[in-house]
Amino acid sequence: MSSATIGRRSRFSRIPTSIVVVAVILAVIVAMALFAPWLAPTDPNHQSLLSRLRPPGYARGAMTYWFGTDNLGRDVLSRVIYGARASLAVAALSVLVSTIVGVSLGMVAGWFRGWTEILIMRLVDIMMSIPAILLAVLTVAVLGPGFVKLVLVLGLTRWPRYTRVAFGQTLQVANLPFIKASELAGAGAARILFRHVLPNIAGPVLIVATAEFGLMILMEAGLSFLGLGIQPPAPSWGSIMSVGREYVERAWWIVAFPGAFLFLLVFSVNVLGDWLRDHLDPRSRNR
Amino acid sequence: MLRYATNRLIQAVIAIFGVLTIVFVVMHLSGDPTLLLVPQGASPEMIAELRHQLGFDQPIFVQYLEYLKGLAHFDFGMSVVQRAPAIDIVMSRLPYTIELAAGALVVAIGVGIPVGILMATRRGGFLERLLAAFVLTGQSIPTFLSGILLIFVFAVKLRWLPTSGIGGWQALVMPSIALGAISMSTFARMVRISMLDELGKDYVRAGLARGLSLGSVVFRHVLRNASIPVITIAALEIGNLLAGAVIIETVFAWPGIGQLAIQSIQSRDFLVVQVIVLLISFTYIATSVLADVVYVVVDPRIRLAR
Repeated sequence: MSSATIGRRSRFSRIPTSIVVVAVILAVIVAMALFAPWLAPTDPNHQSLLSRLRPPGYARGAMTYWFGTDNLGRDVLSRVIYGARASLAVAALSVLVSTIVGVSLGMVAGWFRGWTEILIMRLVDIMMSIPAILLAVLTVAVLGPGFVKLVLVLGLTRWPRYTRVAFGQTLQVANLPFIKASELAGAGAARILFRHVLPNIAGPVLIVATAEFGLMILMEAGLSFLGLGIQPPAPSWGSIMSVGREYVERAWWIVAFPGAFLFLLVFSVNVLGDWLRDHLDPRSRNR
Repeated sequence: MLRYATNRLIQAVIAIFGVLTIVFVVMHLSGDPTLLLVPQGASPEMIAELRHQLGFDQPIFVQYLEYLKGLAHFDFGMSVVQRAPAIDIVMSRLPYTIELAAGALVVAIGVGIPVGILMATRRGGFLERLLAAFVLTGQSIPTFLSGILLIFVFAVKLRWLPTSGIGGWQALVMPSIALGAISMSTFARMVRISMLDELGKDYVRAGLARGLSLGSVVFRHVLRNASIPVITIAALEIGNLLAGAVIIETVFAWPGIGQLAIQSIQSRDFLVVQVIVLLISFTYIATSVLADVVYVVVDPRIRLAR
């Protein structure tokens, strides 16, 4: 290790081991999603009726099926690697959608107050009284399946939490002297909100976004498990597990491997989220 | 007190109205809701006739008013697929879901509250870290994964419990655990925070200074005070458990409204799905009003502050 990195290491030595571990897990899963075509041993949709439901470690010709094969003889390892794409892409994009919608509405409500606030915050209350998974199930079922629709449905069901946080934070920030100053200097609402308010409320928003990211992964997996998310034969952890459930008595590996990755991903995101919250929001250190 | 309850009720009515509107909008997102209410492969004539019969050829605001008028008379529409009132179909399945949600709530409270208490009282110890990992696991594990795992271990391998379906308490055990896991984590977290808040107060220090054991201070005084925020969580969790049933009932072939919702989507019987969404949302709203009112009744400080 060079002398330049030693100084840096001491600064980072405060990062607990658990955070390093989950960061590595997350990095592995992100790498799986990004480099799936290079990492996967074979085409995730390639069927081979001769090698159906083979256990992990089964070898046929030059190919070893480390995670076994499914009911159509497809390689479970390749499907799990490609499945990481569905999970991460849907979760990341839907979090992006709900952040943009939720934060914009929250800032607008907190800045303009009055009727705008009543209208937006009432809508938030209403949205929060329909359980998200139900609203998502209904909407996806009405609209029909599809990647873009899935992202939009998840994103547009889960924005109210961001609005609540952005609203509360904007109320606090709006009275700070530098905001008042730029208002007096003639800056428009859009400029003040996006240039000055947004950077100052980003911390709490990030905390919500991390927690929501874990939830979105679970929602995508749940919807795909129910047959309403990513459509077969495209691999998604939820849909692989839905097949695996039917064969759990004879072939536990179909459900076990995607399940393990799904759990590790959500677990890591949650650990990271808790840690971020403790560091960005000292008030909630005990939570 | 009465004024507070009235205000809260008005808010609830607005929320119900809003939920009805959102569900109406979602049902119309596809363009033609008639297509959501007929079995697959219905003839164009049948669709056209039904469209007229159900008023879907009317202007949208007329449809909206008719929809509200129907619901105001508890008319949730006829299921075209099953040729029976949608509400009756849902009601016949509801008891199973209530049974399951009750089982899950027992698991969530029965495990979550003791775990939360232990985490707060054994702060900084090995036990706390172990329990924290347990709580985080419960929160991160998808319900369908824990369901399948339980089936694999206790039904397939050990053969202690039936794999799926209903019948006796044995059948209720695994779905309740799988469904209750996330709520368990929520309870444990809330109880822990609530306990830590209370444990930092002067009366606890005073009790300890007088020679009372930590156990007796906790059980005589802290728990009662710490339980107030937990009531709100309990109420909100009932709604979450009902919604979570959609997935877990599919895993365990449990014949409640969750499984019915998925079956109805598959048979394109959306009136039934609509009733289920409305029913669960109303339960959610009703329990949160109830929780808020109970909260105020239990804690006089909140009552006086208003």
